[in-house]
Amino acid sequence: MVPTNYYVVLSAILFGLGVFAFIFKRNIITIFMSIELMLNAVNLAFVAFSQALGKLDGQVFVLFVIVVAAAEAAVGLGIIILIARNRQSLNVERVDLLKL
Amino acid sequence: MTPQLVVFFVLAALAVIGAASLILQKHPIHSALSLIVVMVALAGLYLLMGAEFVAAVQIIVYGGAIMVLFVFVIMLLNAGVEEHTSISKMAGPPGLLLVVALAGFIAATIARSTESVQTASQTGAMASTKGISNMLFKDFVYPFELTSFLILVAILGATVLAQREKH
Repeated sequence: MVPTNYYVVLSAILFGLGVFAFIFKRNIITIFMSIELMLNAVNLAFVAFSQALGKLDGQVFVLFVIVVAAAEAAVGLGIIILIARNRQSLNVERVDLLKL
Repeated sequence: MTPQLVVFFVLAALAVIGAASLILQKHPIHSALSLIVVMVALAGLYLLMGAEFVAAVQIIVYGGAIMVLFVFVIMLLNAGVEEHTSISKMAGPPGLLLVVALAGFIAATIARSTESVQTASQTGAMASTKGISNMLFKDFVYPFELTSFLILVAILGATVLAQREKH
């Protein structure tokens, strides 16, 4: 039996790595992948608490998170294809249309 | 050191190494493969917690569908090695410090509050899949129906966004 705290700490570490990848990476696809990493870290915390409390609500929420992540991936990758077509680059620093 | 604890530490190390590899790899396809390692390790952790349905969905939807979509787009756009400017290199060290602080804060806060959570006695996976389907189609039936609508909208959005406009 693994203590719930271990899962929560692992979840926080993975979330932190996701945040770091989000702000450090320059490739728009990799940035998108780091969002998925953060969602996965939160899912881990959901399941850990679901197990700790002996209730299944957390696992049902994980299913909803996965569905939303799938929808988000479909729309987000469509946007990435548009950006790549219009800017001929995947570097986020080239996407500066709103910059003064 | 119980066997569960050993399995936990192996899978946790695998997940953290995969996440670090996602950051360190320069090519997006290598980052995508690292992310698949993280997802498979997390599926193993779900199995360890007795959430076998979530583990299966994690493998099928995340490891299968979403990551295949990512790899497909990477290959479609022929994404190369990413380039770093001097500003983005400068953001690394302070960003790392802030992220360590953030992760420590989250872990400390939640870990402190879990002490009040009394651990329920393990009732042997408590028919997890059956329980989930009961909740999904009884208590959460309206959100469940809404997700199908969300997916429909996402399909339409992706199709409209990615189609080439006619001149």
